[in-house]
Amino acid sequence: MSDSNTILCRCEDLTRERILECIHQGYCTIDEIKRVTRAGMGPCQGRTCRMLIAQELSNYYHIPMEEVMMSSFRPPIKPIPMGVLADAYEEGGDQK
Amino acid sequence: MKKKAYDVVIIGGGIVGCATAFELAKRGVTDVLLVEKGFLTSGATGRCGAGIRQQWGSELNAQIALESTQIFENLEEYTGYQHSCELHQGGYLLVAYTEKEWAQFQENLKVQHALGIDARAVDLKEAKEIVPILNTDGMFGATFCQKDGHANPFHCTQAYAQGAQRMGVEIATYTTVTGFQVKGGHIAAVETDKGTVEARLVINCANVRAPGLAKMVGQDVPVTSERHQALVTEPVAPLMDCMVMSFVRSYYVQQVPHGSFVMGIGPQEEPSFNFQSSWQFLEKNCAVICEALPALRKLRVVRQWAGQYDLSPDRNPVIDEAEQAKGFYSVCGFSGHGFMVSPRVAILVANHLTGQEDSLDIRRFSAKRYETGELLLEPAVV
Repeated sequence: MSDSNTILCRCEDLTRERILECIHQGYCTIDEIKRVTRAGMGPCQGRTCRMLIAQELSNYYHIPMEEVMMSSFRPPIKPIPMGVLADAYEEGGDQK
Repeated sequence: MKKKAYDVVIIGGGIVGCATAFELAKRGVTDVLLVEKGFLTSGATGRCGAGIRQQWGSELNAQIALESTQIFENLEEYTGYQHSCELHQGGYLLVAYTEKEWAQFQENLKVQHALGIDARAVDLKEAKEIVPILNTDGMFGATFCQKDGHANPFHCTQAYAQGAQRMGVEIATYTTVTGFQVKGGHIAAVETDKGTVEARLVINCANVRAPGLAKMVGQDVPVTSERHQALVTEPVAPLMDCMVMSFVRSYYVQQVPHGSFVMGIGPQEEPSFNFQSSWQFLEKNCAVICEALPALRKLRVVRQWAGQYDLSPDRNPVIDEAEQAKGFYSVCGFSGHGFMVSPRVAILVANHLTGQEDSLDIRRFSAKRYETGELLLEPAVV
């Protein structure tokens, strides 16, 4: 498996090599790697890369997968057009 | 933490803490430990709108923003950072929706022009030339400054942090401050969940957590926390180059170099430590923004999040030494514009702590202003 050709984050075109480079630089959680590379910030919001990056951290730090600190799961679950949300807005609707 | 004692301990790994560490190290103070509860930028810096603007209404803010922008313009070189900080000076278009606001903008321009800030009034026709997708209904006019823009808060913070580390500063992430030791009216040590370290100076840059930390040494910092939310869309081809912002309707929206749109609206809610995002924000934000920029209706929202403003009574920073614990300084209360003024404020703090002269008087930022009435009033703030 070639690191330079293996894509870990498909939305943001990030190779395994780039992720390993971050880990070697000392970024030690998914959250930190996300912020410096944009891994997990694309349309799928990390559905593909989150666990792959967790695996790399688990390997590098010799810790079990369940001890790798997860990044936040943020809404919405699926991308939603702004117009759909705008049309759902009612003045004072949040008070009901 | 590698040692038991440091000259200086900085609390908070946001841009204010990291920039202060860098500026101190640059002045020869390198025996510094920076502690951060999470990771660098995990608080307000990483959640901010990342705008940089010089179009302020008070001379003090305009001056600080102007000098900060000049540093952002060369931040990579200034700190020796290998990655781009992604500064993009596409300008800020501040739109006026009321006659009163429009009149205030003319006053603000006078302040900006006196400092040499290249902002100008534009009519609705020109506003539309700058942002072709703008719906100018209900607008009176706008002001525009090309040198305003935005930068990547993660990389700006890393730039300062790594620059500081190269000069000898130590950074301890995932380390929480739990208490302080004061001896003879002077700060003596910082207690954390990873152990206690002695310190001669402590700089509290913990944003909304700063008042709570200050209270532990008996310092009263009149800063409250207010939740603000933001969202980001999928990336698309360039549609607009500048930030569009309104004070009256309380919104900001920009397209970042990556292609996605980042935006937010001001809240109407009580102080809280709520970091959760809400569906109410999602709907209202989209309604407000789609009215100003109808072309965005088709864009899909991919993520929303919440952060906290550290609000001071006059919406400007508080920089103060604790009377009961000399050597303990709080630097907070940035009220939502800490990112854009951090380069200059860090210089001011570092100059003060190393006994160097500064063209700004740090005493103006003391919380004593709320007793004397010498407030730092700002007409152009969200």
